[in-house]
Amino acid sequence: MKSRLDPGRIGLALVAPVLALVFAVAIAVVVLVISGYSPLDTIKQMVDYASQPRTQALIVNTATYYYLSAVAVAIGFKMNLFNIGVDGQYRLAALAAAAIGGNVALPGPINIVLMILVAMAVGAMWSGIAGLLRAWRGVSEVISTIMLNAISTAIIAYLLRPGRLAVQTQGSNNIGTKPIPKSSQVPGIPLIPDAGMKVFGLIIVAIGVGVGYSVLLNRTVFGFDLRATGWSQTAAVASGVDVKKMLVVAMLLSGAVAGLVGMPQLLGQSYSYSLDFPTGLGFTGIAIALLGRNHPVGIAFGALLWAFLDQSSQILDLEGVPKEIVTIIQGATVLSVVIAYELVRRYRLVQEQRNVGKALGETSEPPVVSSGATA
Amino acid sequence: MSAITSTDTSPAPAGRSEGKRASRTSLRFIALAVLGLIVLLSVVRQVSGATDLTAAGAISAALALAVPIAMAGLGGLWSERAGVVNIGLEGMMILGTWGAGWAGYQWGPWAGLVAAIIFGAIGGLLHAIATVIFTVDHIVSGVAINILALGATQYLSKALFEGKPGGSTKQSPPVHDMGRFSVPGIGDPLGSLERHHWFLVSDVAGILRGLLTNLSWITILAILLFPLTYWVLWRTAFGLRLRSCGESPVAAESLGINVYRTKIVAVVVSGGLAGIGGAALALAASNFYQEGQTGGRGYIGLAAMIFGNWRPGLLAAGSGLFGFSDALQLRGGGSVHALLLLVAIVVVLVGLWQLYRRRVAQGIIAVASGVIVLVYYLVSDEVPAELTGAVPYVTTLLVLALASQRLRMPAADGLAYRRGQGS
Repeated sequence: MKSRLDPGRIGLALVAPVLALVFAVAIAVVVLVISGYSPLDTIKQMVDYASQPRTQALIVNTATYYYLSAVAVAIGFKMNLFNIGVDGQYRLAALAAAAIGGNVALPGPINIVLMILVAMAVGAMWSGIAGLLRAWRGVSEVISTIMLNAISTAIIAYLLRPGRLAVQTQGSNNIGTKPIPKSSQVPGIPLIPDAGMKVFGLIIVAIGVGVGYSVLLNRTVFGFDLRATGWSQTAAVASGVDVKKMLVVAMLLSGAVAGLVGMPQLLGQSYSYSLDFPTGLGFTGIAIALLGRNHPVGIAFGALLWAFLDQSSQILDLEGVPKEIVTIIQGATVLSVVIAYELVRRYRLVQEQRNVGKALGETSEPPVVSSGATA
Repeated sequence: MSAITSTDTSPAPAGRSEGKRASRTSLRFIALAVLGLIVLLSVVRQVSGATDLTAAGAISAALALAVPIAMAGLGGLWSERAGVVNIGLEGMMILGTWGAGWAGYQWGPWAGLVAAIIFGAIGGLLHAIATVIFTVDHIVSGVAINILALGATQYLSKALFEGKPGGSTKQSPPVHDMGRFSVPGIGDPLGSLERHHWFLVSDVAGILRGLLTNLSWITILAILLFPLTYWVLWRTAFGLRLRSCGESPVAAESLGINVYRTKIVAVVVSGGLAGIGGAALALAASNFYQEGQTGGRGYIGLAAMIFGNWRPGLLAAGSGLFGFSDALQLRGGGSVHALLLLVAIVVVLVGLWQLYRRRVAQGIIAVASGVIVLVYYLVSDEVPAELTGAVPYVTTLLVLALASQRLRMPAADGLAYRRGQGS
């Protein structure tokens, strides 16, 4: 009877992440005080640094790939699939896309489309292995994707060698794939004035993925089946859903989005896959998907928060405070946010039971009196 | 519980009651398997000329590299037998390496070991509180603990190790050596036997010398923990209760077992074991804590445990396999290439066995992959160094793909349980 926009419900949904963040910051404050740093100064430095336009542009850029990574994870979560392999998927996909983009001489925009499609295909292929193993051999996707992450690290180390896919980067001892030609680089968008840098042009792709994810889940039969399978596999089977197919398709979709994770960076900034290409974004995605409860808007806020913490902490090392305090905040946030969601869920359950009891008491005479005696 | 004891394939500890037909056959099976493996190794060594395969140095390196993996795996075993999936082993191991370095450089290596156990156990306690009391998804909690452990150790290293002599933001000051143990009087005779390169005899001598000399005390501790774990989990009332929490917590509760307490104890022990694995890295394999020292071994340990079908004996075998391939890769010199031949023979044999048992599809797949490996062995001169690192992972995937139907995890593994949910 209650609508989805009931203020009480929204309030409860927001209570958990806010509580968790407060708790995590409290832990960080305690850690800082114990190790002899001033928490107030630390927070002030971070906020000051984050209010500079350049840092803000960096935050938006970082949030862009965090968002993609978190959506990739969330697609799996919606079906109770735990795609820990986003990490390996996006790195392998970015390497393949960079190699294609640097070596194929197609005219600009077509080359961009080709690279994005290659990245999605490679990501989907790599996650598809885990999907097939799960569907046909019953192998837990958690274990298989962990293994696939390690295997992709080995494959990338093998391929990223001079004479294979890599060339020496000019003026440094870094090696990377052949740079993507100028015509295939995606121009930035001057979103934040005075920043001195533009935000990734592919932020549009990230927004598109978010919208697509929302539509797919809430407005299509496929999305309904996906959520149904996630809620109850047996019920889904009973209503005619082919669970094995859903497993594979969900994993493929998750991998395809994972393939996009490296693209904003590749096409908008580094233009080649080199040894210092960002790693570990897949694990960040897991944390953000949890924080945003797999909701497309929630994930966006989570990604921005994470990016804020990451970027604003860069100033701390210069001020003599270990910037890893932020990693502690992040880890504590993940753990406390899931605990907070669980507590809110329990509270809501009790609340609902109470409401039902109240409603029954109001509308009719106690219904259980006679039935207990005869049964 | 008779179903569990009859499929027992673990090494039998002393004092086990005699006359059990099932355990005797499994003992004979293990003996045969070990013998067969040694013969195979000798054959491969003779054919390929890669003497490193059974050299004492390689075996001893394999043992040292297997210990951290085995300890993480044993940690996983304790936790999952009680029904808690522990993907946070990596983080607990990181805490262990840091604790070993931090306490070790100040108060000596044994204090380092104790600190590693305590730090790992703290990580385990956190996981236990989140999963058992707050019924958080086990994998989510594990991932969070891995993030948290990494951040905490990096932070603490910057705060405590920087500026100390020999220390840096990523490394602890050096820890004194623990000393090593050799079975007296056998090193030299075995060494001279080994140098003759006789078929089988020298191989056995090399393997024995690797297993019995120049052992770190942590390795010995780790080896002892296997029979101990087996005894506690499968031969005591506490172990039976612990495993019943992993199979059916509701049934366990109905018998008056405190499921929460049992699970928490199991996960804390699990963290402590992962901590020992960390200590093995920081105190035995090197003599300091270093960032990134664990290198994903917590995850490999988990893989070894699944490989071992949630049983200590097979878990030890799996860790040994991972350690062996790691050691050969680190020592280089073409022995990884020779390992391909071994893998090819084993996989073909397994495939033929499957065909004999009329599992046609699996048999054909196994024989075909064996032949592919064999062809690759024949046409290539060496395995690229970067790819050999992937061998354990590919092996695990293959094992899971081919044998997953025969693996059986605890029935309530990873499921949320709340007190009184059965009533």
